[in-house]
Amino acid sequence: MRKACMRGAGRACLLAAAWVAALGTAAFGTNASAEIAISLTYLRQEVEAPPVLSNLDPVPEDLGIAGAEVALTDTKTTGRFLGHLYSLDVVSVAPGGDLAGAAKTALAAASFLLLDAPANDILKIADLPEAAGKLIFNVASGERRLRDGDCRANLLHTIPEDAMRADALMQVLKARRWTRTALIVGPKPQDRAFADTLRASAVKFGVAILAEKEWTFNTDLRRAAGQEIPLFTQDFPDHHVLLVADEADDFARYVEHNTWLPRPVAGSDGLRSEGWAPVLEQWAAVQLQNRFEKAAKREMRSRDYAAWTALRTVGEAVTRTGSADPAALRGYILSNAFGLDGFKGRTLTYRQWNGQLRQPMAVVNARALVELAPLDGYLHQTNEMDTLGLDRPESACKAFGG
Amino acid sequence: MGPRTRLAAILMMTALPMEASAGEIWVTNEKDDNISVIDTERLEVVRTIPTGERPRGITFNADHSRVYICASDSDTVQVMDPETGKILHELPSGEDPEQFVLAPDDRHLWIANEDNAVTTVVDVETRQVVAQIDVGIEPEGMAISPDGKIAITTSETTNMAHWIDTATHKVFANTLVDSRPRHAEFTKGGRELWVSSEIGGTVTVFNVADQSEKGKIRFAIKGVNADLIQPVGFEFTPDGKTAFVALGPANHVAVVNAETLEVEDYILVGRRVWHLAFSPDHSRLFTTNGVSGDVTVVDVATREPLKSIKVGRFPWGAATRP
Repeated sequence: MRKACMRGAGRACLLAAAWVAALGTAAFGTNASAEIAISLTYLRQEVEAPPVLSNLDPVPEDLGIAGAEVALTDTKTTGRFLGHLYSLDVVSVAPGGDLAGAAKTALAAASFLLLDAPANDILKIADLPEAAGKLIFNVASGERRLRDGDCRANLLHTIPEDAMRADALMQVLKARRWTRTALIVGPKPQDRAFADTLRASAVKFGVAILAEKEWTFNTDLRRAAGQEIPLFTQDFPDHHVLLVADEADDFARYVEHNTWLPRPVAGSDGLRSEGWAPVLEQWAAVQLQNRFEKAAKREMRSRDYAAWTALRTVGEAVTRTGSADPAALRGYILSNAFGLDGFKGRTLTYRQWNGQLRQPMAVVNARALVELAPLDGYLHQTNEMDTLGLDRPESACKAFGG
Repeated sequence: MGPRTRLAAILMMTALPMEASAGEIWVTNEKDDNISVIDTERLEVVRTIPTGERPRGITFNADHSRVYICASDSDTVQVMDPETGKILHELPSGEDPEQFVLAPDDRHLWIANEDNAVTTVVDVETRQVVAQIDVGIEPEGMAISPDGKIAITTSETTNMAHWIDTATHKVFANTLVDSRPRHAEFTKGGRELWVSSEIGGTVTVFNVADQSEKGKIRFAIKGVNADLIQPVGFEFTPDGKTAFVALGPANHVAVVNAETLEVEDYILVGRRVWHLAFSPDHSRLFTTNGVSGDVTVVDVATREPLKSIKVGRFPWGAATRP
């Protein structure tokens, strides 16, 4: 039902694009240039969200998709002056549905895919014969392997690698000299994976994880957090910060202000590192927030921003090259000439060795931006933003000719 | 500055024409909702005047009897008597006015409405909106040619300079520039248009006659990452031969030879330098430094910073009052 409805919305977008283009030539006196059409598809594999303790923050139905739609509007405005017609189709596949079939259909119609799916599915689609020569943007998975040994030449990543989040957080802890930490790890595979990332990052930046505990509770913490968490954290050695790895957003919110020692929480709650957060307002971010909130009637999240930057990347490359050919655009996007305005104060570019969008990371709490990483003093021989995530010498990626 | 000191200053200016003439620099403080008035002789803040919410663009009329202020979050342009600091009235400005330019006729204010993708033209006498013109996303920079025939709006997300015929209020050309164009100015008697691109890190120079690109200015400062060099505001010396370009978080002002488009010098100023204004005799340059909350005074002849003056939070625009 949703799938059909979204496809319908996609067609409406196509019609709207044609209408704007007609208006463009009539009303705006465009500089004469050949009209070109750029078709994109946002393809989503829906995943069953695990049950979580709190009902406070449901995952938005249009997570990611809303970001692509705002970027489409932004990009069409430039396109109308240049005779570039953009269209976005949205396809959402139910859990257990035929993602590969949907991908084949999408790739037959569009050269550009914004892919919102788990890492395994991303690789399956990138390896389809139909995907050869097309350009796919990973807007959902932060897994390292996609930027490492499992990278693909036709796959770029606008969602930050998980290590970029962890590295940004550790830079802040180190800068504050809060280098003694303890870690609580949730029971889900993604919690363990994020804990691994935090550990590696802690080593990289010289932050000590003095002790770890596995989260094993199955009680309703909404009632019992005040009794349970102090006991659970009582035997940790003294630390500056308590790290929590809870990527499913299940229990982490109940940890802060319930601990045995009065300590700040960081990681999956408290002090968090994000590609985008509603508390960003500098660097003209407030204008993007306003446009997004007006369109989506909610706040912008990291996956929305990943989809926004992916579509804007295509738009920027088309604007500068006047081409709709995915191979030509890929070449331009990975060249030194490319630069994207991402409302985070620095020019966004792509890592030429693994296709990751190089970007500052917002280290935030619920109410404010704490730091924008990389922090002053974290130097790098080529670009300070490469202190975050897999750097060229560490990445085993070969698909980019590196 | 009281009337007596003003009189004294005028007398001194008459007596000693080579001395820096006294005047004022009016600085809008974006996060304090006020204006800091700096005496260009004493190099200190002599008045602080409250404004509407989030003041940014600021400009005086031809005889300096009125000052116009973009109060962005109040969605209005305020008209102030600079003698008394009283708001006389407000002009309909469209939503979120950020920058504007007063036409040479001293009557039409061209306003970029950042949140609304339009340029609004207001008649300051009738206080009516004359026209609203659709432009790209996040319009910001505004310029008008010395003959008043061409208005320019730059749009930050669309990355274009939109060329508007002021007689018909129609866009007659759109020219691409690098990412996030912020400021536009005509120079060389209206033969050239300069547009700064904050994220692109360049200034593009256009031939006005055919809107063709004449050249591009690039910047490089030793020890500063290229992506932190973000040109925003710029000002020309009266002879048009030299431009001073504020480079945002690079914390420097570039000195550009406007003939060869080569960068001659970089001057260290405060943090996140946005806009600039000359003293009335052009011997000193004042820069607004948003993050450090101060204004750097630069000696134009020696190209050396002289002093930092503390103003309000996030100083943004600057305008000269003789």
